[in-house]
Amino acid sequence: MSKNTEFVKFDKVDKSYDGKVLVVKDLNLNISEGEFITMLGPSGSGKTTCLMMLAGFETPTNGEIYLDSNPISNIPPHKRGIGMVFQNYALFPHMTVYENLAFPLRVRKVQKDEIDKKVDKALSMVSLSGFESRMPAQLSGGQQQRVAVARALVFDPAVVLMDEPLGALDKNLRESMQYEIKHIHENIGVTVVYVTHDQGEALTMSNRIAVFNDGKVQQLSSPDKLYEEPVNSFVAEFIGENNTFGGEVTDISKNVCKVKLQNGEILANPISVNSKGDKTTVSIRPERALINPKDKMDNNQTGKIEEVIYHGDHTRVRLDLLGNKEFILKVPNSSNELDLKLGNEIKVGWNSQDARALDPK
Amino acid sequence: MSSETKQILTTDGIPLEISLKKAERKNKIKAFLLVAPLLLFLIITYIFPIGEMFTRSIDDKMITNMLPKTFKSMETWDGKELPPEEVFASFLTDFKVLVDNKEHGKLAQRLNKEKNGFNTITKKLFRQVKRNKIDETQSIKEQIMKVHKRWRNVEYWQAIKRTAPPYTSAKYLKAMDMYLNEDNKITQVSEDRRIHRILWLRTVEVAFFVTVFCFLMGYPIAHLLATLPMKYSNLLMICVLLPFWTSLLVRTASWMILLQQQGVVNDFFVMIGLVADDNRPEMMYNKVGTYVAMTQILLPFMVLPLYSVMKTISPSLMRAGKSLGGTPFVAFWKVYFPLTIPGIGAGCLLVFILAIGYYITPALVGGASGTLISNQIAYHMKTTLDWSFASAMGLMLLGGVLVIYWLYNKLVGVDNIKLG
Repeated sequence: MSKNTEFVKFDKVDKSYDGKVLVVKDLNLNISEGEFITMLGPSGSGKTTCLMMLAGFETPTNGEIYLDSNPISNIPPHKRGIGMVFQNYALFPHMTVYENLAFPLRVRKVQKDEIDKKVDKALSMVSLSGFESRMPAQLSGGQQQRVAVARALVFDPAVVLMDEPLGALDKNLRESMQYEIKHIHENIGVTVVYVTHDQGEALTMSNRIAVFNDGKVQQLSSPDKLYEEPVNSFVAEFIGENNTFGGEVTDISKNVCKVKLQNGEILANPISVNSKGDKTTVSIRPERALINPKDKMDNNQTGKIEEVIYHGDHTRVRLDLLGNKEFILKVPNSSNELDLKLGNEIKVGWNSQDARALDPK
Repeated sequence: MSSETKQILTTDGIPLEISLKKAERKNKIKAFLLVAPLLLFLIITYIFPIGEMFTRSIDDKMITNMLPKTFKSMETWDGKELPPEEVFASFLTDFKVLVDNKEHGKLAQRLNKEKNGFNTITKKLFRQVKRNKIDETQSIKEQIMKVHKRWRNVEYWQAIKRTAPPYTSAKYLKAMDMYLNEDNKITQVSEDRRIHRILWLRTVEVAFFVTVFCFLMGYPIAHLLATLPMKYSNLLMICVLLPFWTSLLVRTASWMILLQQQGVVNDFFVMIGLVADDNRPEMMYNKVGTYVAMTQILLPFMVLPLYSVMKTISPSLMRAGKSLGGTPFVAFWKVYFPLTIPGIGAGCLLVFILAIGYYITPALVGGASGTLISNQIAYHMKTTLDWSFASAMGLMLLGGVLVIYWLYNKLVGVDNIKLG
């Protein structure tokens, strides 16, 4: 059985609230059945608006959204059959956990014993069996969140939307909840559309990530590709840490280009530059630049140590390199033979393949 | 067991409890001193007057002080036949003192309230006493009985005896259109004289419907206020609060201008052809006027508690209700409405209690069929000067409000009230 790769489809969707500014611009996005897709972006990037349009609380100004090939713009939220987990849980405070979970089943006129069975199942899925008669206020934040997840899943929706569901939890709980939600997704195979501004969350949980900025999807790809191969400087900046050099392309061949910086010249991988004279921002991940590289690398520079910050498992070193005073290096704690002292000059090398010449900032 | 018997000591060896009390005493005194002015104010302006009202409403000492000897000698009289000579003699003694103090008129008035006809015979007796016609060496009983035939009627002596206790429930009974008859039984007054009960029922009815109207109108307004963007909701809030900034009299007067037969509303109805010019409906000086004006004036008291409760309800709850498959109505009825109940309770209680004691508006626009019990209280305060009766009715009103409060507490729970 082949899975529908266009289970949810945004087709040329525009959204404006005031008729002057487009919050979402020409969005085209296909989500396949059973996929865990994350919309990631800074606040105001349009990701929550997209989710609200999918849930039915906002209508697209232009374009259409399809669910299983059916246009849904004119279907009210309660008929879409989409489960949703809200940022602040949105548990009904006057109902017990059982009543909260039974709500979507009761409005669907499900039989009483069937409701009991489904509620039981959903609660055991989030390991909250025995909490049926508690009121939401008697639960901890994490438990409330799990109830909210169970409630969004209890009526077997085809799609579940999650709007920054872990935003209000503390760090440890958030991490364990990330795994829990991921496992639930793997077990029941429901399509999940997840919205967050936390890149760590997005990277650990998703099959694919859509990075939003300025109302547009900047890049849609798997977490590893997103991190290793960002297609533009926004994505490179937004995901993970990043060292950048602004410059101008002076020579370009198929796999490598020469970029002239203010005081120096480096080799880079031409991603979004085409010809000589193009302005560019070169992006290198801190862990790709090595100190005193043993292997042969095609970029070799010397920098001055400006700052050393101890992080336990690694040490971060800030260099003044080719005029960039914010050049960060990550040194694993195992390589303690290095002499990392303020003001020392050290040799740094990286491969041109890892230095991506992207659009200028 | 051991934790109970073993006293925890501080490092200085003082028991912890005593040390704690000592440490907190200063703060407690400070706190008490801070609230003391308010406490004093409440005692002077609230508790003391209510107590005063209560004693006044049951007080019947005036006559007890006027006829001390009479009542003393009446104690042994069984009240079936005319009292013995001794009673007549002490009555005369008491009466003479009253005549000397020129208080016999008050006595006549008081006794006449108990039984009609005392006025005449007291005056006659007064004239006889004034002219010293009564010879105290002869039988006083015979002489008094000669003054007027009613003095020979045992019912009048029974009436005097009934006034003996220093306290009376007569005012309360009167407010319920009842009285104590000759046999000391609670009896209803004749049907054509039952006015108070109608007023009580009408007061409750008006208060109830005003509360219902306020709720029906206030709920959507409060919802709108709570959900509109700030700049619109502020404007709307000012519109809601505007009545608060206008004098109650001015508002009521403007309703009079609007509602009278030649008024704006009637003119409008005639203009759009709803009613004929010669058949303008009466919207004032009846219940309609009372309803309209009171609903408008009390509306903010419903809107504000509702608004403050609705403001705290996250809009995502309604969204959650809808996304889980509830129609907008189901989401409203099962999710939103139950969460507003504390506000509804507070608003309804507030409006009902204010409405039940409303005075100026019904007095001005109510007419005869729109006046309420508070107007009757005011009437007895200012016109008949029967303050004890007014006090009795006022206390009954207060009692009624307390009963409603108690009922509300039983049904919904006072802790559920939210004013903000």
